Amino acid sequence: MSVASFDCIVIGAGHNGLVCATYLARSGRTVLLLEAAEQVGGAALTREFVPGFRVSACAHLLHMMPAALLADLHLHEHGLALAARDLPTTALAPGGTPLRIDPLDAPALAAHCPRDVAALGAYRERMRRHARALHAVLQAVPPRMTAESWADRLALLRLAWQLRRLGRAQLRDLLRIGAMSVWDLLEDSFECEQLRGALALDAVLGTNFGPRSPGTVFTLLHRMAASGSGLSLLAQPVGGLGALSDALARSARQAGAVIRTGAEVERIRVVNDRAAGVVLRSGEEIRARTIVSSADPKTTFLGLLGSEHLDSGFVRRITHVRSGGLAAKLHLALARLPQFAGVPQQALAGRLLLAPSLQYIERAFNHAKYREFSPAPILEVTVPTVNDPSLAPSGKHVLSAIVQYVPYDPALAGPAARTALTDAVLGCLQASAPGIVDSVEGLELLTPQDIEREFRVRGGHWHHAELALDQFFWMRPVVGAAQYRTPVAGLYLCGAGCHPGGGVMGIAGRNAAQQVTREAA
Amino acid sequence: MLTESEPAFRQPLLKSPFHERAREASQVDSFVPWSGYTTVDVFTSVEQEYFAIRNAASLYDLTPMVKYRISGPDATRYLNRLTTRNIGRLSVGRVAYTVWCNDAGQLIDDGTVFRLGETEFRLCTAERQLDWLLDAAIGFEVALSEITHEIAALALQGPTSCAILRAAGIVGVERLRPFEVAAFAWPGCGEVLISRTGFTGDLGYELWMAPTVAEQVWDALLDSGRTRGIRPVGSRALNIARIEAGFLLPNIDFVNAEHTLRVGTARTPLELGLEWLVDFEKGHFNGRRALLEQHRRGAPRRLVGLDVEGNKPAVNALIYAEKSGKNQVGSVTSACWAPTCKRNIAFAILDAPHFAPDSRVWAEIYFNRELAWERRMARARVVERTFFSPERRRATPPRDH
Repeated sequence: MSVASFDCIVIGAGHNGLVCATYLARSGRTVLLLEAAEQVGGAALTREFVPGFRVSACAHLLHMMPAALLADLHLHEHGLALAARDLPTTALAPGGTPLRIDPLDAPALAAHCPRDVAALGAYRERMRRHARALHAVLQAVPPRMTAESWADRLALLRLAWQLRRLGRAQLRDLLRIGAMSVWDLLEDSFECEQLRGALALDAVLGTNFGPRSPGTVFTLLHRMAASGSGLSLLAQPVGGLGALSDALARSARQAGAVIRTGAEVERIRVVNDRAAGVVLRSGEEIRARTIVSSADPKTTFLGLLGSEHLDSGFVRRITHVRSGGLAAKLHLALARLPQFAGVPQQALAGRLLLAPSLQYIERAFNHAKYREFSPAPILEVTVPTVNDPSLAPSGKHVLSAIVQYVPYDPALAGPAARTALTDAVLGCLQASAPGIVDSVEGLELLTPQDIEREFRVRGGHWHHAELALDQFFWMRPVVGAAQYRTPVAGLYLCGAGCHPGGGVMGIAGRNAAQQVTREAA
Repeated sequence: MLTESEPAFRQPLLKSPFHERAREASQVDSFVPWSGYTTVDVFTSVEQEYFAIRNAASLYDLTPMVKYRISGPDATRYLNRLTTRNIGRLSVGRVAYTVWCNDAGQLIDDGTVFRLGETEFRLCTAERQLDWLLDAAIGFEVALSEITHEIAALALQGPTSCAILRAAGIVGVERLRPFEVAAFAWPGCGEVLISRTGFTGDLGYELWMAPTVAEQVWDALLDSGRTRGIRPVGSRALNIARIEAGFLLPNIDFVNAEHTLRVGTARTPLELGLEWLVDFEKGHFNGRRALLEQHRRGAPRRLVGLDVEGNKPAVNALIYAEKSGKNQVGSVTSACWAPTCKRNIAFAILDAPHFAPDSRVWAEIYFNRELAWERRMARARVVERTFFSPERRRATPPRDH
């Protein structure tokens, strides 16, 4: 039997794998993209969870992919349509009045915290400026700290210049708040607890942090910086996030990449200390001179490659990468549109945040420290069927909620714990939307364990590796693999575990392809 | 050993199973700590003990040497990835001297690997490093445990060592070839593991036994060695012998790379003149990529032997390119007057290109004469590091001395 051979094999057809394969194919290489699941998309996937009801199974909003990348990949030509964009954000308040914070319902805020109206404008401008500065960092391939090559030195100089260009006042402010806790920043800036809580949610969603954790201003800026505008422009594709992946796949195919689904890579073959191909679970062997893995670093190095091809110090660093997820998802199939008390109909088109105060979030986080889920979790709720009725049978609706904090812990994966967690979340929703429980026709809960299993991400973390200052830029995922290349020649990384992280951004995939085309002839 | 009634913090230094015998044999009561044990650095006088090593036989308590048991289906693969030599080629019943490196190819430690079975190994090292060994085990099906305290060990070294073992009733020990290990029946003590290994560069054996029979074995050796000049020796006499033999001592000739704080103080095997231990062909091992790179570029410095003029040991000497002492090119790590070779010898780490064989350099030596300190610039020549390697070290069976 002859062995198939390509210039490049990309492992995993999540958004980063798809973006990477597209750019590699565009460079004239023959590219094979292998996906273990039966459909492309990874964590940007739309699937049925209750007969007749479909939902974006993991990520549920599009807001971090840079506009330039969307345009460069011609995704709109490849069928990406937005059901809605610039989605509104409303802060729920159990027992109180919900407050629309984006776009701001100024009279409502002025009614009880008049000073916060102006403060919010100033805060947004301040954060937007910092986010723009960080945007350039997110786009860059991190240079090596040792600056061994002229390219590294140039990148370091460019970085220094970009920082210098911020001007003294802004640089001072960025250095002051960059590693701060979002709690301190928001307490400095606002009086309204409801506003503070809602703004803090974006800093901790998907992380292992509470608002009091240092570095949460950074995670907030990271989220704002990715899109390039300095704004979190929330959008919802028609057909859910899976439609984005379908468009990416069409873009990749048009560029010439071959995509195979249902092809699970069992291991990466190494010959003469060089990546030489992959072996599939079926036993099939495929050769390539360049392998790019969008799997998380632990899966790539410890699972697919094997520590015997790596040095022990490197393996130690990989095992120490913090990669346990803390976010779960709850999907509800609803018989009718839920009625959130005090929330106007049009607000349901956007996101509803249940994080009524900083203290509430920190209390929810406390449980995670002891490997328990919070009985009063914080929620980011969307009702995607408001903008896109095609996701549910006529007249019926889907609710998709990110539930924070649910630790990655086998003890929480049992049926009793799952029921308790589901009841807790339903209880929270019921308090804000009385009667919602009676309209539930079916539901699905995904704990970090479920996310690990379904999306093949060790630890079930949506960034693959915790996004924190000590796992960022030239330390992401670890020193020695932060430039998308690995210690094994011919093997590269392109997943969310690389700089600049996950969140349906696609930059890691693009940067990895750049690095491959630059290095491998 | 620790007793239940005396917790470790009350008795910080352990006593080896040979401790009582060593105390009785010691005339000067000079004990030093080594790997958590109290051990003898000199019993009577360094000279007397040194000449026992070279001309008769010596007994040295090796118990504090750190020992690890490594077993499991992946044990060979594990050791191949950990160390620089090809352990796959080591047959059962053989011992190999090897080194292991960090990711940068810098030495963590050296030691000996004993292959006691197909999947059963023993690793003897100078320092404890279970953390590194465990990290290296990620992804391998191996079991690791420290067994230092479970095994009493003695080094019996010197030209009459084989004859002494035979006189003690150890049948067939003369057939043991260098770097071979086997279990032997010891009269009245069950089985004792004997390897033809040592730290003196001479004919000699290392004996590995249960702590319960330690004193019996010690007594039997002293008894059968009485007419063959046997003598317990301390670490100071052994140090002279190991310098003559060209053997490295951790923390003297190199520092564990994981313990160094300053840039440029860790050493690679290529820099230590141990390239013969590095098998680039066997597949990946820790530090291989970094070592290949250094191999390509050439090592910037190298530990070599020095033949120094005069008879003043070049201890801690700085090495210069010329007599004026303006251009320092290295420094001495170990030095002594070698009584058997009748040469003034040293190990020195020298910068390129001064480490080339037969290069001439100058050693700045300080010594005192009746408390008056003097300085001398002594000529030194770069030579092979092995100064002493007699034929009897290799002969099997050894001649009856």
